[in-house]
Amino acid sequence: MGKRSEIKLLGTDASPYVNRVQFVLNLKSIEYEYIEENLACKSELLLKSNPVYKKVPVLLHANKPPLPESLIIIEYLDEIYPDIHPILPSNPLDRADNRFWASYIDNKFFPLFEELRQTPGKEGKEVIKKQIIEGSELLEEAFVKFSNGKAYFGGDDVGYLDVVLGCFIGWTKFFEKHIELKVIDELRTPKLLEWTNRIWSHEAFKNTIPGNETLLDFYMMLQIHKPPRAA
Amino acid sequence: MADSDVILLDLWISVFGARVRIALAEKGVKYEYREEKLDDKSPLLLEMNPVHKKIPVLIHHGKPVCESNIIVQYIDETWHANSPPLLPSDPYLRAQARFWADFVDKKIYEGAKKIWTTKGEEQEAAKKEFMDVLKVLEGQLGEKPYLVGESFGFADIAMIPFCIWFYTLNKIGNMNIEKECPKLAAWVKRCMERESVTKSLPDAHKFYELVLEMQKKKGQ
Repeated sequence: MGKRSEIKLLGTDASPYVNRVQFVLNLKSIEYEYIEENLACKSELLLKSNPVYKKVPVLLHANKPPLPESLIIIEYLDEIYPDIHPILPSNPLDRADNRFWASYIDNKFFPLFEELRQTPGKEGKEVIKKQIIEGSELLEEAFVKFSNGKAYFGGDDVGYLDVVLGCFIGWTKFFEKHIELKVIDELRTPKLLEWTNRIWSHEAFKNTIPGNETLLDFYMMLQIHKPPRAA
Repeated sequence: MADSDVILLDLWISVFGARVRIALAEKGVKYEYREEKLDDKSPLLLEMNPVHKKIPVLIHHGKPVCESNIIVQYIDETWHANSPPLLPSDPYLRAQARFWADFVDKKIYEGAKKIWTTKGEEQEAAKKEFMDVLKVLEGQLGEKPYLVGESFGFADIAMIPFCIWFYTLNKIGNMNIEKECPKLAAWVKRCMERESVTKSLPDAHKFYELVLEMQKKKGQ
C-alpha cells in the first residue's frame, strides 16, 4: 500500500485541479512525492508525461505510464484503493449524478472565472459575473439535494463533489478580496457557505488549500503569460 | 431487471445520441426511443435535464441520466452482467479509456464545427488544427485494433459517431481525412463491422445535406 516512492504527483500549489488529487491522496492516507512545476517554464518531465495537454496534475504510479486529468486520476485512485475512504458512491445512478455535476463544474462553472479574467471592459465582465452568480445558485441547489440535510455533498463525510468543488474555495476567497466578486454568500448560497467553513477546517483539506499569496503570485503569472484580451 | 423501463430522448442526427444508442445495442438493452425537436423541446426533456436542456437523456425507472459519456458508463455499470464490457477491467486501462473519451469531447466537436462555419484563412487554420487532433488519435491507435487495447469499448464509442462527419468535412473543407489518417480510416471500417454501430449511426450524406442547409440559412 502507498509507499512514498510509488506515487508521484506533478503539480502546482495554486491549481485547484492539483489540489483535488491531493485531497484524495490525503483522504486515502496515501503517501506520495510531490513535484512542483513552474507553469511559466514547464519541465521536460511534465512535457513528456502529458504530451497531449502539457498540464498539471499528472500522476506517476510505479512503472505505469503517466496519467493526466484530475477527474480521471481521482477515479483511478478510487479504484486502486477502494477500501480506504471511497470517494465515488457504488450505485450507478448516484455515480452518474456525481459525474454530471463534476462535468458541470469543470466545463461550465470553472471556465467562467478564466473568461472573467480575460474579458476586457466593465460591461463584458458584468455579464460573466452574472453567469457566475447563477452558477453558484445552481450549485447551492445541488448541495441541498446531495447532502440531504447532512454536512457534505457526500453525506456524513466528504465525497466526490466535496473534492471536486472544495478545491476552489481558496480562489473564491481570493476573488472576494481582490475583485469584489462574492461567489458564495450568506443570502444566495447559505448552505454552501456553511459547507465551505467545514471544508476549510477538514483534516484532509486544510493544509492543502493554497493561501492568498500563492494565488496572487499565480494570478499575476497568468496576467503576464496569458494577458486579458484587448478591448 | 425490467429493460422495458428505459427511455432515450434523442435526435437522429446527434453524434452524442449515437454513442448512447451504440452502448444500448452492445448490451442488448431494449428501450423506447423518443425523437426530440430542438426548436420545440418536450416538457419531459426540460424536466429531466433542467440544467442543460439537451439530448441525449436516458430515463431509467423514471430517473434521468444526462451527458452521453456519463450515460455510456451508466449503461456499462448497470448492465454489467451483459457482455461485452464497455470498459476494461484493469483500473489503468479504464483510466486510459476515460482519458480518450474525454479527449474526443474536448477536441473533436468544436474543432470540426469550425471547419464548416468559417472561411478563408480562419478555415485553413481550423483545418490544420483538426488534422493535428486526428493525428493524435492516429498515434494512439498505432498497431492496435481499437483505441484502448484489443476490444471495442468506451473510447471507440465516444469517437465513432464523428466518422459520419468525415464526408462533410472532406467536401466542405476540401480535405482527405482517410488518406491523411489511414489507421483511423481502418479503425472506422473495423467499427462499422459491428451491427450496433451501423444501426445507430445516421447517414453521412444526410448529415452533409443538413450542414449545407444550415450554411444556406446563414448566408454562407
